Amino acid sequence: MKRAIASEPAQRFSDIGQSLTDLIGNTPLLHLDKVCPTGNLFAKAEWTNPGQSAKDRPAWRIIREAELSGQLKKGRVLLDATSGNTGIAYAMIGASRGYKVTLCMPASVTPSRVKILKAYGAELVLTDPALFSDGAIIKAREMYLADPEKYFYADQYSNDNNWKAHFEGTGPEIWQQTQGRVRHFVATLGTSGTFMGTGRYLKSKDAGIKIIEIQPDSAFHGLEGMKHMGSSLNPLFYDPDLADAKMTVRTEDAYKAVVDISISEGLLVGVSSGAAMVAARKVAQENPDDVVVTVFPDNGLKYLSERFWSDNL
Amino acid sequence: MTAKIEIPSALTKFAGGNGTVEVTGNNVRDAINNLVGEYSGLKEHLFDEQGRIRSFVNIYLNDEDIRYSDNLETVVKEGDVIQIVPSIAGGR
Repeated sequence: MKRAIASEPAQRFSDIGQSLTDLIGNTPLLHLDKVCPTGNLFAKAEWTNPGQSAKDRPAWRIIREAELSGQLKKGRVLLDATSGNTGIAYAMIGASRGYKVTLCMPASVTPSRVKILKAYGAELVLTDPALFSDGAIIKAREMYLADPEKYFYADQYSNDNNWKAHFEGTGPEIWQQTQGRVRHFVATLGTSGTFMGTGRYLKSKDAGIKIIEIQPDSAFHGLEGMKHMGSSLNPLFYDPDLADAKMTVRTEDAYKAVVDISISEGLLVGVSSGAAMVAARKVAQENPDDVVVTVFPDNGLKYLSERFWSDNL
Repeated sequence: MTAKIEIPSALTKFAGGNGTVEVTGNNVRDAINNLVGEYSGLKEHLFDEQGRIRSFVNIYLNDEDIRYSDNLETVVKEGDVIQIVPSIAGGR
């Protein structure tokens, strides 16, 4: 889709080149044969999206659909709660399409995230870190209710365009890239959009495909981007009955996996990718004849200040 | 010295439902050890198997990260506030 507003000179050459949003999706499926010697584990490299995470997909669908419905128009501010990657995607696409973006997030997010968001021109509202993402969600709702005309409240936790982006994108891509041979899909839960959308699509192609969700092992964890559903506000579209099985990962195991993936695969991934690998590798090793697919939501550049890189794990 | 420790919401159920707990201690290590002594369920959440503070757990004394002071040996004064904050936000 071409830019919403192209100046007249730009329109003369609109048949040449691509726009930013054309680059979202169609990510590679990587073969993880070093960290998983059974050879049947694959991961979607979501950092190859232009905003460097899986979140470009839902953010773009949310914005696109809001433009089409008239909810998002010039002069209205895109507002949401996000601890990082969705915010980066909103800020990037917002900058590209001429919208102001205001993001609520816990004050504990990594400083590098804050710098990226500001680099795209987003306005940040920092909330109490002790309340995790729930504090940011509550703040965004308050701001929207106080001035509903000013904002388009994107609400990634309730907006069906979140999981639909994966139903239309991530799911079909995995089906095609595995030539329909995927037997297990294993993914971490944040908003649950990746799991819900991709899982539903794969089930629609073959009801026998097993879909497995991953959560932190405890409400108190260090897995940025992941949600412990039992102790936090659940996304409206999260269906706890969709998964065939549920797995949990301890924070330190995910951190160790991040280091392993970097050293043995040459892939510098984020902490939720580490969690995804721990769980998906277990599934792959228990089912060595089956194709197992997981999602690596982002790369590790935003996490280099985390202590586990210097600690002796 | 008596200090106040702020318990993250995810852990209050292991601290008798309290959001803050008053503890005694001359430094942060004493204070945290006394907290865990009183509420043993907190131990596995705050410390690893080697008895070190888990790598994602940040501790602040009056809003200053103790890693930039004397770490667990940072001196606690009467009325100080210790915060336990995981290094992440949760949710994307």
